[in-house]
Amino acid sequence: MANADATLAGSPARASTRTITPRRGSKAGERRRGRVGWLFIAPFAIVFIVFLIAPLAYAFYLSLYTKGLATGGVPVFSGLDNYIQAFTDPVFLGGVLFVAHFALVLIPVQMVISLAVALVLDAIVTRFTRFARLMIFLPYAVPAVIGALMWGFLYSPSFGPLTQLFGANAPFPLSPDNIFYGLMNVVTWQWAGYYMIIIYAALRGIDPTLYEAARIDGANAWQVAWRIKVPMVSSALVLILVFALIGTLQFFTEPAILTQVSNGSITLGFTPNIYAFNQAFQYSNVNYASALSFSLGIVVFIAVYIFLFATRKRGGFLR
Amino acid sequence: MKSTPMKGNTVKKKALLAALTAVAVAGLLAACSTGGGSTTSSGTSPKLSNCSNKYVYPKAPEVSVWGWYPNMKLVVDNFNKLHKDVQICWNNVGQGGDEYTKVQTAITAKKGLPDVVMLEADHLATYEIQGALVDISKLGADKVKSNFSAGAWNDVSGAGGSVYAAPVDGGPLALIYRTDIFKKYGITPPATWDEYAADAAKVKAAGGPLFGDFGANVPALTMALQIQKGANPFTYSSADGKKIKIDLDDKTSQDVLNYWAGLVANKEVGTSDQFTTDYISGVVGGKYATYVSAAWAPGYLTGAGVGKGASSGVWAVAPLPQWDTSNPVQTNWGGSAFAVTNQATDKKLAAEVALGIYADPASLKDGWTNQIIFPLNQSILKSDAFLSNQSAFFSGQTANKDVYVPAENAYKGINYSPLTVYYYAQLQAESTKINQGKETGSQAAAAVQASLVKYAQGQGFTVTK
Repeated sequence: MANADATLAGSPARASTRTITPRRGSKAGERRRGRVGWLFIAPFAIVFIVFLIAPLAYAFYLSLYTKGLATGGVPVFSGLDNYIQAFTDPVFLGGVLFVAHFALVLIPVQMVISLAVALVLDAIVTRFTRFARLMIFLPYAVPAVIGALMWGFLYSPSFGPLTQLFGANAPFPLSPDNIFYGLMNVVTWQWAGYYMIIIYAALRGIDPTLYEAARIDGANAWQVAWRIKVPMVSSALVLILVFALIGTLQFFTEPAILTQVSNGSITLGFTPNIYAFNQAFQYSNVNYASALSFSLGIVVFIAVYIFLFATRKRGGFLR
Repeated sequence: MKSTPMKGNTVKKKALLAALTAVAVAGLLAACSTGGGSTTSSGTSPKLSNCSNKYVYPKAPEVSVWGWYPNMKLVVDNFNKLHKDVQICWNNVGQGGDEYTKVQTAITAKKGLPDVVMLEADHLATYEIQGALVDISKLGADKVKSNFSAGAWNDVSGAGGSVYAAPVDGGPLALIYRTDIFKKYGITPPATWDEYAADAAKVKAAGGPLFGDFGANVPALTMALQIQKGANPFTYSSADGKKIKIDLDDKTSQDVLNYWAGLVANKEVGTSDQFTTDYISGVVGGKYATYVSAAWAPGYLTGAGVGKGASSGVWAVAPLPQWDTSNPVQTNWGGSAFAVTNQATDKKLAAEVALGIYADPASLKDGWTNQIIFPLNQSILKSDAFLSNQSAFFSGQTANKDVYVPAENAYKGINYSPLTVYYYAQLQAESTKINQGKETGSQAAAAVQASLVKYAQGQGFTVTK
């Protein structure tokens, strides 16, 4: 018996048949095991249902109704009207266009910076490296709200360093013409370090004998980086891209905080999420705000799907 | 064979562990929800906590209040000292818009409102149409009606003699200006808006500072200036809450926006949002020669550091410039009142608080001497102490007698609509476009009109122009 156990353990295929066998014996035991399984899932499932599924279902329910100030505040079922309104609302579409444009410019910049820094930190090993790694990661540890407030002061036309450098003609990074880059700077500062750590961890996971082999074949440091390291971490890069894409399409915190100091450059419909927030909490259009949120969800889903489809050969992390 | 019972044991242990985990998680969740609940729904719970003030008579029933006056702590303490039968639990949840966001959310959620809330008159109709405010006319408001001018009382009243808030202060507009800059460029306070523009050009030509500021984030002020020229933005009555007349694109509304757009285009006035740190530092630093603002402004400016150090002793006030001196019109920006909400646990007690808070002589005196409020109570407006008061902020000028009391007495009240929040947001967005040079005043007025009509129809109103 003990002997059989030992051999069975070595063979997964047969091990599985073994576990099934006793189940046939008693249905009560099977049911009990099923219940135990549910108990194991319960801690996750409860949180998942209470904080994700239920709010989503409620929001979807809300999005199918319409309520007016003059109609006594009684919700009227309106089907998909709110969605039709959302996808024909120039403010919402303008916001979607902005975040799409923002993602298109921001993500490559973030990727290049985080990849370059990770490669450098991986290649050079001195005491300074650990310090540098920590410093580059630090902005991510600063809460987004605090980070945005800090940049608000740095950008300030009255006390910011730009004013001290350039005097009265200092550029205002939150003016309507500059806000795109002003915000890009804040987001890159905040997130590049986080992405860098992901890439860096993936780089650390590469078998160093590969480098040795490459060097014996005559590859220089550049070639090792481009031909071995980058391809080996491509699945980490795809992961980062998906994170960045979703994060950028749902852009909210930084512009919401900087609205106060932007002198009107950040409008009430600047990004789709800000628009939904203002519809809900300023105009009390909770129903339309729910529809906007779901519409944004649809846009994000489509964008991520297209992206994953396009990178399906390289994207390792979904396989 | 020994292994079987052991396995059974481990399964049981694991089951137990899982069950314990589930219980622990459930406990955590419960802790979360109760923790969150007690902070958000402090308004109607019988035992109030997290007050910003201490009770004088801890055993008396409590009434929760939201308010943002800079001297609110003193006002609340004064009230609590004078009332053995009721105590206020006060919180400041934000000034203006910040508070209104919370109020609106609590109305939508049907819980979380305090018993009594500080509101500006322009927001009363918005909350009244949602059934969130209690008619206090029979709960004591009618008894104090005679203390207030007809215009002030109109601003807090609805149809059929209903009253939705107890008025405290008003905001008659005037022209605050810097004596040092006026002296340097040899100008006197402009009596008309034409003179204002001419002076602005003069100071600009002489290389002086900006003459004023067209802040996009103070749409209530922009509206007040349009009303001064004869605009009548909304015609609405709670008697027929489904009908509204919207007239935001008339000649006078366009004129006022075009006037400021012209000053902005000439770079004679600034385009900074007001009440921001940048704006205040500009006011302190002499970046603006004038500040068109309400009677409560000096108190808020003092709180932000204006009138001290480099900017002390340089402020004075003159009557608001007019479009037609033969037919002067006074207007109003802000000013606030205390309303009883429909979520109040004891509405009669809440009404007592709404009518009694900021109504005792000590609080009123502190408010008006520091120019935090411009009291609407006639007993103060007519008192010698008030009229002959020499304002510290205005270097000893008798500002009340010379400027503010005449302005308040000539104010006729404004017909506010239940669309205030949306309207202000649109006017702000279009004013921003004016400031960015993307629109003329007429285009802005037309855009605001179009979006408001569309919004009102979407909300179920019958709209006429």
